[in-house]
Amino acid sequence: MIKVLFFGRLRELLDCSQLEITDFEQGTIAQLRLELANKGTKWAEFIAGNNALAAINQEMVEETSMINSGDEVAFFPPVTGG
Amino acid sequence: MISVQEADFNLNTQYQMLRAKDNTDGAIVTFIGLVRDFNQGHDVTGLFLEHYPAMTAKSLEKISDRAKERFKVNQLDIIHRVGQLALGDQIVYVGVSSPHREEAFACAQFVMDYLKKEAPFWKKETRKKQQQDVWIETNQKDKEALKKWQ
Repeated sequence: MIKVLFFGRLRELLDCSQLEITDFEQGTIAQLRLELANKGTKWAEFIAGNNALAAINQEMVEETSMINSGDEVAFFPPVTGG
Repeated sequence: MISVQEADFNLNTQYQMLRAKDNTDGAIVTFIGLVRDFNQGHDVTGLFLEHYPAMTAKSLEKISDRAKERFKVNQLDIIHRVGQLALGDQIVYVGVSSPHREEAFACAQFVMDYLKKEAPFWKKETRKKQQQDVWIETNQKDKEALKKWQ
């Protein structure tokens, strides 16, 4: 099981702040994007592209980074703090 | 000291904290970022600062550690506010003390450049008509700011 969080504009576009994927054992960020893209056209448009940055357990990661069961994954737009 | 908070901060209090700790430092540099009007003809009321609570402090700690490794500074404080802010409000504070000014100036700029690229905060411009609220986009200048440190 993994937890997936969404922030900022992405959270609003998807109308989802978090979800759980119970049958996720192991895979890369790129693979998770593909899985989420199956949830509908909005998901395909906003998650499958590379506009959304990704983090695993609160660390920014690359497309090939590995997600394991129990991890917290997050997708979000480029940051605009400061 | 690193803090992510809704409450405002006071520059003089922060400055006195930096001064009190160490008499070997001859330079203090402070930076404050304010809510500015990105206005393009709308009635702007302020900014809402969203963040990723579990990641925010971690990310600032990482930036702080990297800055302390790179520059000869004795103290580095970062405060970042979240939640609803009004135009002109303070958003972010960086305070650095160092034996010499060059390191203090550079360190403060390094922290702000990385904060704008890596720390998980998102600004939404709030307007009088709520349906016109708009997320702020990153700008090219911020994207390129890190090049000078690489």
